[in-house]
Amino acid sequence: MSPGAASAPLLETRGLCRSFGALEVAREIDFRLERGARHALIGPNGAGKTTFVNLLTGALAPSRGQVLLEGEDVTALAQARRVQRGIVRTFQISQLFRGLTVLENVYIAVAERIGVGGAMRRPAGRQTAVLEEATRLIEMLQLGDDAGRRVAELPYGRQRLVEIAIALGLRPRVLLLDEPAAGIPSAEIHILLDAIASLPPEIAVLIVEHDMDVVFRFARRITVLVSGAIFAEGTPAEIAANREVRAVYLGSALDG
Amino acid sequence: MSALAAAVQAFARRHRLRGWEALPWLAALGAFFVFPNHLSFGTQLLVTILFALSLDLVLGYAGIVTLGHAAFFGAGAYTVAMLAAHAGWNEPLSGLVAAAAVAAAIGFLSGAVLLRTHGLALLMLTLCTMALLEQAANMAAVWTGGYDGIPGLKFQPILGLFDFDVLYFRSQYLYVLAVLFLCFAFVRMLVYSAFGQSLTGVRENVVRMHAVGAPVRARLLVAYTLSAALAGVAGGLFTQATGFVNLAVLGLERSAGVLIVLILGGFGRLYGAFVGAVVYLLLEHQLAKIYPTAWQLGIGVLLVLVALYARNGILGLADTLGQRLEARRRR
Repeated sequence: MSPGAASAPLLETRGLCRSFGALEVAREIDFRLERGARHALIGPNGAGKTTFVNLLTGALAPSRGQVLLEGEDVTALAQARRVQRGIVRTFQISQLFRGLTVLENVYIAVAERIGVGGAMRRPAGRQTAVLEEATRLIEMLQLGDDAGRRVAELPYGRQRLVEIAIALGLRPRVLLLDEPAAGIPSAEIHILLDAIASLPPEIAVLIVEHDMDVVFRFARRITVLVSGAIFAEGTPAEIAANREVRAVYLGSALDG
Repeated sequence: MSALAAAVQAFARRHRLRGWEALPWLAALGAFFVFPNHLSFGTQLLVTILFALSLDLVLGYAGIVTLGHAAFFGAGAYTVAMLAAHAGWNEPLSGLVAAAAVAAAIGFLSGAVLLRTHGLALLMLTLCTMALLEQAANMAAVWTGGYDGIPGLKFQPILGLFDFDVLYFRSQYLYVLAVLFLCFAFVRMLVYSAFGQSLTGVRENVVRMHAVGAPVRARLLVAYTLSAALAGVAGGLFTQATGFVNLAVLGLERSAGVLIVLILGGFGRLYGAFVGAVVYLLLEHQLAKIYPTAWQLGIGVLLVLVALYARNGILGLADTLGQRLEARRRR
């Protein structure tokens, strides 16, 4: 494969470092996410997984290193700009507009993506393109019965699905899911997995997840992060067979 | 109809006018005929409603907590007064435009700095902005009349037709009512637009708002500037209606008063400004008659009650009661 922009991975980090005082939470992370990737990031608690996601989205600035989108350096871009370029995330702990309805939550996201978030003259209810897409997303995540309810009134598992609906409303090219399954009752996890499975294939998805069922059902590639550095990377079979990985992290999760 | 279809339909129709929305305006017109001797009070009430409405846009919708909103009211009031006193610019409508422009400029410049902060820092900075203006008005006595202000201002007839009525406030009342109506229509359009919806997003969760790619600070600055302009109009109306201005238009008491109005009525719901202003001013009026020295005690007690039992103000309380009745009726 020849080098250059055409063959550049969709998202790449080079020598990404971040420390909080003396604590290094990201160490020289060289990471590549190809188009259409279904990639999982795993690691023990405190391994720096969420920090890594924050570095990718721009919520945190790296101490050193670069983040590249299609070969272009986006390290200096603010979070909102990266979202507009298609780097979208969900949060480990739901970040929703709790006092607003499910419909309003999704509406706000879609309106920003379409670029009418600042439109003053037309009533929000007459922005039909926004409203239709928000409706479609809510149907897709089977949130229809709760569409008119305030998010704060929903069970946590349903809130997680709103989080996904918002992310999809932003039409991501790179979707970063930070523990999307945490808090979703096992009976409803299939809604989440179905939604992810029905994403356009060219979207790259990176999932940070503790639930090994979800990881192995979803991922075609797995990166193991330990103490802020990449410890191992490979296919699910390779990772499952890797003794060192089992020793530091997986343990009984795979034996059981 | 499915729950989803019902929710979508409700959302698509929420900006439509409802029948009861005519009530405040009918009441205001009715008051003109029923209380011809209280139109001075009525004019003051309408000005307060407009001021509270401007605050509702930033506080109720965008969630910007400010203690300095009187800065913009005062800026508008002094703009109109100084133009009339020193430049002979006493045409009322263009005076209001000038008041809005000056207040908006101050809102934009101060907002560009202080909207980077939030919480307590924001509260203090808004307070400081107002205190700075107040001191400036106090010290520039040549222009502002200092502590005494500028009394005895005269304005041209409204639209060249209606003379200001110093005794009964008849023309002022209708003039202020008309301006309030236009400003209200503007605010109502804003809060039901996608822009207004995005402000509620900022209020509910800034982190999430950044993560959906919204230009949060620019949005807030636009809202703050528009709100300042509206407050400036309210201040300009105050000067024109009463024919004087003094430092009280810039004081903490006015800022706190309008905040109380909005808390009483219920913020983030457009009509809270109306209900709050009526209740606040009527109470103030009556209590001041009964206990001239301690009327604020009554307001204080009411505020405590609202804070304890009706966090969303009187309108919020009415909503809750309505829902309870509805639920009981269905059972």
